[in-house]
Amino acid sequence: MAIDNVSGARKFGRYVLLIVMAFIVLFPIYVIVIGALKPGDQLRNQPLLPNHVTLDTLRAAWRNGHLGRALANSAVVAVLVTVAQVVTSVLAAYAFVFVRFPGRNIVFVLFLATLLVPLEATLAINRRTIEDLGWLNSYQGLAVPFLATAFGIFLIRQVFLQIPKEMREAASMDGLGHFGFMREVAVPLSRPTIGALALFAFLTSWNQYLWPVLVTTDEGYNTVQTGIKALKQGAGSNPSLVIAGTVIVALPIFVVLIIFQRQLVRGLTAGAVKG
Amino acid sequence: MTRFAPVANVRLQNITKQFDGVTAVENIDLEIADGEFMILLGPSGCGKSTLLRMIAGLEDPTEGDVWIGDTLVTDILPKERDVAMVFQSYALYPHKTVLANIEFPLKVRKVDKAQRAGEARVAAGLLGLSEYLNRKPGQLSGGQRQRVALARAIVRKPAVFCMDEPLSNLDAKLRGETRAELIALHQRLATTFVYVTHDQIEAMTMGTRIAVMSRGHIEQVGTPHEVYDKPASVFVAGFVGTPPMNVLPVGSLEPGQHLVGVRPEHLEITADGPLAMEVTLVEQLGHEVLVTGKVGDTRVVVRQPVHTVSPAIGDTVHLDADEPNRHRFNAVTEKRVDV
Amino acid sequence: MTARRSAALRRRTWRESGLALVMLGPSAVILVGFVFYPLIKAVFLGRQRCGVRGCRTTGWDQYIDAFRSNEFQDALIVTLKYALITVPIGLALGVALAVLADKYLRGMSIFRTIFSSTVATSVAVASVMWFFLLDPNVGFVSDALHSWFPVLKTPGLLQDENTALWAVSMSSIWANLGFTFIVVTAGLQSVPKDLYESAYVDGAGGFMRFTNVTLPMISPTLLFASVVLLSRAFQSFGDIELLTGGGPKSNTTTVTYLAFGKGLPTAGDDGLRSTVSILLFFVLLILALVQFRGLEKRVHYGN
Repeated sequence: MAIDNVSGARKFGRYVLLIVMAFIVLFPIYVIVIGALKPGDQLRNQPLLPNHVTLDTLRAAWRNGHLGRALANSAVVAVLVTVAQVVTSVLAAYAFVFVRFPGRNIVFVLFLATLLVPLEATLAINRRTIEDLGWLNSYQGLAVPFLATAFGIFLIRQVFLQIPKEMREAASMDGLGHFGFMREVAVPLSRPTIGALALFAFLTSWNQYLWPVLVTTDEGYNTVQTGIKALKQGAGSNPSLVIAGTVIVALPIFVVLIIFQRQLVRGLTAGAVKG
Repeated sequence: MTRFAPVANVRLQNITKQFDGVTAVENIDLEIADGEFMILLGPSGCGKSTLLRMIAGLEDPTEGDVWIGDTLVTDILPKERDVAMVFQSYALYPHKTVLANIEFPLKVRKVDKAQRAGEARVAAGLLGLSEYLNRKPGQLSGGQRQRVALARAIVRKPAVFCMDEPLSNLDAKLRGETRAELIALHQRLATTFVYVTHDQIEAMTMGTRIAVMSRGHIEQVGTPHEVYDKPASVFVAGFVGTPPMNVLPVGSLEPGQHLVGVRPEHLEITADGPLAMEVTLVEQLGHEVLVTGKVGDTRVVVRQPVHTVSPAIGDTVHLDADEPNRHRFNAVTEKRVDV
Repeated sequence: MTARRSAALRRRTWRESGLALVMLGPSAVILVGFVFYPLIKAVFLGRQRCGVRGCRTTGWDQYIDAFRSNEFQDALIVTLKYALITVPIGLALGVALAVLADKYLRGMSIFRTIFSSTVATSVAVASVMWFFLLDPNVGFVSDALHSWFPVLKTPGLLQDENTALWAVSMSSIWANLGFTFIVVTAGLQSVPKDLYESAYVDGAGGFMRFTNVTLPMISPTLLFASVVLLSRAFQSFGDIELLTGGGPKSNTTTVTYLAFGKGLPTAGDDGLRSTVSILLFFVLLILALVQFRGLEKRVHYGN
């Protein structure tokens, strides 16, 4: 195409810019990864060069921070939250789009209004609720408040709205009920957006910081984020160990992201539903 | 001729439909015979689609009843009515293959796998889709998609086919071809078709009978010939036929208190005709000539054979029409008057 | 006949309503239990002071007193500054990167992966990274550059009153860059190609195309991204806690940190926490309204 047919010089300029920006974005990550691969006493010796490469620091961080446990905890909670959020969002969005019931708009506006409430305004009370339920230091306590979000419902509703009404009518003439239509048509057609929601829910849950701090006191229920905090604030904190810890914690998410990155962009672009 | 559906005449009794207090269809009675190709014809907003959707069960009538065969279906869900519908947008499932789309109604009805695949292939074969079974709708042309929608309706072997402007997304050439195919299909299946359109050519060429609708009412029900030759109202006269029938002001062609309608091909230019027209436009169409002019404020079109001498723009010509070709309408109610 | 009709209709309406209840139930329980209930409860709790021995009511004045207090006013100003630094810069950088990477050149998918990579870093991870880059004792940046910028060593970017907020902002902008990049990239991909082509045919240069086609077409995306970034700025906690602990001299104590940080008057006092949180809610509410009013007019939604 003519527009993309830029001259060699401009192409070169663009690449230079891209490489400079990539360098800036990656620089902190690079420094940390190199740091994590050095023995503790070499941390400040030629910090940009991967000399004395060793896995000892990573191993020590894994051990001292109980990161294995923390990773498992975070994984359990994030998977729980992701699955539940997809299910609750799809169900609620379906009801808002395809089921006729009195007060539908009012209920939707009320749901949407929860987007305006900052997490912080509710945290103190939610912590008490969790305490009253006896869920401090438990997976339920970490996960339950996030099993449904207005954001997820809104996102899925937007793609469901793009499914032509006639498609539902055709299916109902064939005798397909609501759950059948959801399974056979609505969900398959919305797969990219549902994927994006799942990824978002997973990342958000994995990156939760303040909530786990509030509802866990037992180190056995540390998530990766509170695990890092514990490493950093722990007695005689060793910078090397903290650096190695962050690398361990960030790694699984990097992998997930690289695998699903295209899906995320596609899901956010949406609009893929056509008759 | 293979007949695979039960006897299914459709009877609409006293049907009224209101949406939020606005009346879309008012007090309609219509009997559609078994095996008939019934066209619901009218401009957009006349209530024809609403009427069809009430037969299909997609809308509930506010008042009145729908019968299919001997069964009162007013309160019965669409899936229990033995009715199939072809939508204007086809409503194909974009993520399923052509075969999966066609066999889907059978899958919902829990027909076993081998049988439903077989029947879907038969339906696809009937519509010339056999080569495309593994494609997705997105990879098909508009005409092919339209046929998938038809096949999906056929495969259920319904008693009644409902079609809502199924040809309106096709180009003119394809539309002509598909019209012929639909007629053949109707003859082959010999079941009841109810077909909604705003295109009078589709109505005239395909229907065994036409119900012309306007503003929620049925203006006339009849065979294409009846509707064309004896329009029941000024509305029908103006809606059916291209160019439409000229409706001449009271007292212009003949004395009396009626509006007089004459089709363009029935107006003759003669030296002593009672109606004087000033010519404003002459269109040579090859096989015929259309002469347009004004009588007072009324636009009048005359269709002439091509070999006659045409008037020039600005000429004044005199028009006349034979008695059998004059249609008289009440000037107030605009209904047909037969003297 | 009418009676029979309405009975059948009513049955169908009931069935649909019952189904809606089943489908909405799970979400409703969570949203009511963990958003509406605590919000209302917090409004009432906000007039109380709580300690280990329970709560006592001081009255609605507590909201006014808290709002007028120096601590809250200072925190609000810090928060506004923080938002004014992070949102525009973060948004501009995200758009720049997305536009830069929106050409079909060889290797572009690698650049895209790099630019979106910071999504993978949580607040905690990003903060720890930047802490060790900037810390005067072990930080690489401090070590490498302190001869040009002495402040990096004494007292350190995060410890100097003039630079601490900027340093925290830098970390936050970096951490949010991946998110902004992904969202804007998605927005760019939904801009119809023929719009660019017609602008190109009209003789519009690259910059003209950007301001006349790209920006208006992605304005809904920019609105969304700016709303998210702004709310993140107002709710930032982890980066403050891990990078500066609100210091030096409460120079980085944002409103959220004021409510939940350690060693502050609010610590262990759910009443006062609620007061501050509800005040924050109202500030955000007003901000959201202003934002939508101001931007909605300029935002161009397709069709």
